[in-house]
Amino acid sequence: MSISTALPEQAPLGRRIKRFMSDYPLVPLLILLVLLVLVLQMLSPGIVNQRWIANTIKFAIPLALLAGCQTMTMLTGGIDLSVGTAATMAAFIVATQGVMYDAPTAMMIALIPAVIIGFANGIGVGVFRVHPLIMTLGTSLIGIGCLQVYQRTVIASGAKVPEFLIWLGTGVTGGFPNALLLFVPVAALLLFIQKRTGFGRLLYAIGDNERATRLAGVKYWQVILALYMLSSILAGIMGLLYIGLIKAPSLSLAEPLVLPSVAAAVIGGTSIFGGRGSYTGTIVGALILTVLTTLLTILQMPEGARRMLFGAIVLLVTAAYLRIIEDR
Amino acid sequence: MAEQPLLEATGVAKRYGAVSALKNASLTVLPGEVHALMGANGAGKSTLVKILTGAISSNAGRILVRGQERDIRSPAKARLAGLVPVYQEPSLIPDLDVLSNLRLTRTPVEPFREWIKELGVPDLDLRELARDVPLAIQRVLDLARALAVEPDVMLLDEMTAALPANLAERVLDVVKRQSQTGRSVIFISHRFVEIAALCDRATVLRDGETVGVVDIAPGIEERIVELMLGAKVEKKRVALKEANEELAGHAGSTRIAVRNLKVGTKLHDVSFDLKDGEVAGVVALEGQGQDELFAALAGSIRPDGGTIEVDGKPAQFHHPVDAVEQGIAYVPGDRTEALAMQQSVRENIALPFSAAFRNWGPIRMAREGATVQNAIERLQIDTRAQREVQRLSGGNQQKVTIARWIAADARTLLCFDPTRGIDVGTKQEIYKLLRQLAEQGKSVLFYTSELEEVQLVCDRAIVIFGGKVVDILPVQIADEAALTRAAYGLSRDSKAEVGVLAEPHSAPEAHP
Ligand SMILES: Nc1ncnc2c1ncn2[C@@H]1O[C@H](COP(=O)(O)OP(=O)(O)OP(=O)(O)O)[C@@H](O)[C@H]1O
Ligand SMILES: [Mg+2]
Repeated sequence: MSISTALPEQAPLGRRIKRFMSDYPLVPLLILLVLLVLVLQMLSPGIVNQRWIANTIKFAIPLALLAGCQTMTMLTGGIDLSVGTAATMAAFIVATQGVMYDAPTAMMIALIPAVIIGFANGIGVGVFRVHPLIMTLGTSLIGIGCLQVYQRTVIASGAKVPEFLIWLGTGVTGGFPNALLLFVPVAALLLFIQKRTGFGRLLYAIGDNERATRLAGVKYWQVILALYMLSSILAGIMGLLYIGLIKAPSLSLAEPLVLPSVAAAVIGGTSIFGGRGSYTGTIVGALILTVLTTLLTILQMPEGARRMLFGAIVLLVTAAYLRIIEDR
Repeated sequence: MAEQPLLEATGVAKRYGAVSALKNASLTVLPGEVHALMGANGAGKSTLVKILTGAISSNAGRILVRGQERDIRSPAKARLAGLVPVYQEPSLIPDLDVLSNLRLTRTPVEPFREWIKELGVPDLDLRELARDVPLAIQRVLDLARALAVEPDVMLLDEMTAALPANLAERVLDVVKRQSQTGRSVIFISHRFVEIAALCDRATVLRDGETVGVVDIAPGIEERIVELMLGAKVEKKRVALKEANEELAGHAGSTRIAVRNLKVGTKLHDVSFDLKDGEVAGVVALEGQGQDELFAALAGSIRPDGGTIEVDGKPAQFHHPVDAVEQGIAYVPGDRTEALAMQQSVRENIALPFSAAFRNWGPIRMAREGATVQNAIERLQIDTRAQREVQRLSGGNQQKVTIARWIAADARTLLCFDPTRGIDVGTKQEIYKLLRQLAEQGKSVLFYTSELEEVQLVCDRAIVIFGGKVVDILPVQIADEAALTRAAYGLSRDSKAEVGVLAEPHSAPEAHP
């Protein structure tokens, strides 16, 4: 430290910007999103139009829903890797049961496995203290196994995705994807839970200092059980939406979205160590990843190179972002 | 001054966004002196220590070591310059054993062993995980670690705040001897007894500015307090009510009755009553079972024997929630156990409100806001950095742990050294607050490592030694000397010599 010429009142501009960014962590993310869109527009002029925007949103929504599961669980220092399975099972079952039952019944049946998976996760993590990574990985594998068995029993009857789900997944009304009808209320609910409910407060507090919550009279297992059930049900709902978008049921429908959903939450500023983060950031993170995918597709690179680039960019963005918002 | 200062800092400033932690701090330390750094909670003492030891960087100011300007940008550079800190928060990495912690900081092990023996912790297993070491011992280890690298200037930030008399005594002794070999020590403490017994001069900070440097002499305390707070504070005995003791003091019905309580290997046989409307002090040296007693009453560990009755009914606590539901709240001695550091002050204070399943729903923000605000005001929490509790000064964090249960309106408070690291002004407020609670018919069990507090707040003092209650002193005779004797397991009429901390007005050189 030497004699500094700057008076303490006039912190250097760089510092002030950092300050601002760390107070409003959403700002750098939005800037990044806009930058990506601009690059895209430069690479292939005219691509960014209303249809493109509607399409991007349509594909970002399922990712954002799964990333919602990760955000909620990550707040407590956990993670939910079984969301892919919960979603795939819901999707597969709704398509196959859709042949026999009407849409609402099929959808209810389709959500049962999600509830069971969530319950198992909650008991494992909350009561038996299995690490969430292992627990949810385990239930995920078990679930996929069950789905394979189930597939053989329904192989003859074929599949039929309920019309309503197709309308919801692919339809666009007045330039807005219908999926927003599902997403906006869900996102609002998640944000409300995080910011304005006792349950949300507990998620943050548990991720921050579980011992402190215990002394304050919080029963860990209750919160964790509720949390993982919520996460699984949300994943199941996402599966219903996603099958409406993709229309072809398969045994690995939502699986490719699991790791990106973790990435979206992390890019959005949620800490994997718990205690920090918000769903707003996650939504922007999901949009960033979706735009990035489009961008890499347009570059017409071989698949391998594309994935490498995708991974590298995610790493870079996360590291840079943590740098920016962290203050010392 | 003829002597060249060992360390000289001038014009040091540090801002965090809109918050000025330091505005214009200066500090001069002469060779061989123990220099007190004083100031109210949030005055900037810890910030200054962190700047001087390279943990954070300042926005302005210059630092001279032995007359030469030094660039202290990292802890390593500070160590090279001979400046070694003991920070306010324990710094051992909890998940490593003590030995690995030493290796990590390249601390020579043999000197470290010598020092911990010297400091009164002879039987420590270096293989023990740091998280299993009690807070007070962790602090001693932090000190030993600093001593082992033989620094020119040691900066001790509330090193003694968590220490009971026997350990604090040793620390003061060792620090004093350090200074006699020409090394200097910067000593931060909110306990005037220690300052008087140890320090030569004091620099006083207020709101991030140095407002005075004084020589420590008998009677200087008032002047320092005035500098610190910009106002006078009277040390009042808020507890005394001898006149109507029979009427008020013991009229309350028994709230908690503890009988033959046994917990682990530390607490053997403890029985006492806590009545409605009283503040009962608990006094003990380090490791006499007081931690276990409080943990058992709070439901966080299970007793191995004996009974606890609440309002005349036997109680079995399986989880802290069982105690909380009975209106028994626990303020742990280690604030890191109680606080969610990344959450805001409000969220921390309001934590118990959402704990039960029935309260998981929407929060009534306005009502919660008012309750929290009220608690913040009652404890005078400095909320300039309230967005994250970890940004508050140590004393303000401590206040948050108490404010939580004031807001939750608990019927019984189990306070384990609640005033640790809290400045004189606020301490008086907390004493008043505890008395008010008692007047409202609530009850407080109050462990303190600062014996002076017993006569300031308590109705009587329960003294524990070797895991047993050895004496219950009425407040009138519970002065520091009597308490210290009792805490060492000596009988009331023994006249043994018990050390400087029991004699607040003794001159510094009266030390044995
Ligand atoms: N990271 C930070 N962000 C914002 N404000 C901070 C940060 N760190 C410290 N402060 C503020 O700086 C001020 C000085 O804090 P400091 O810890 O130096 O006080 P202190 O004198 O050590 O008090 P105490 O006696 O309570 O330990 C406080 O008001 C605190 O809130
Ligand atoms: Mg401090």
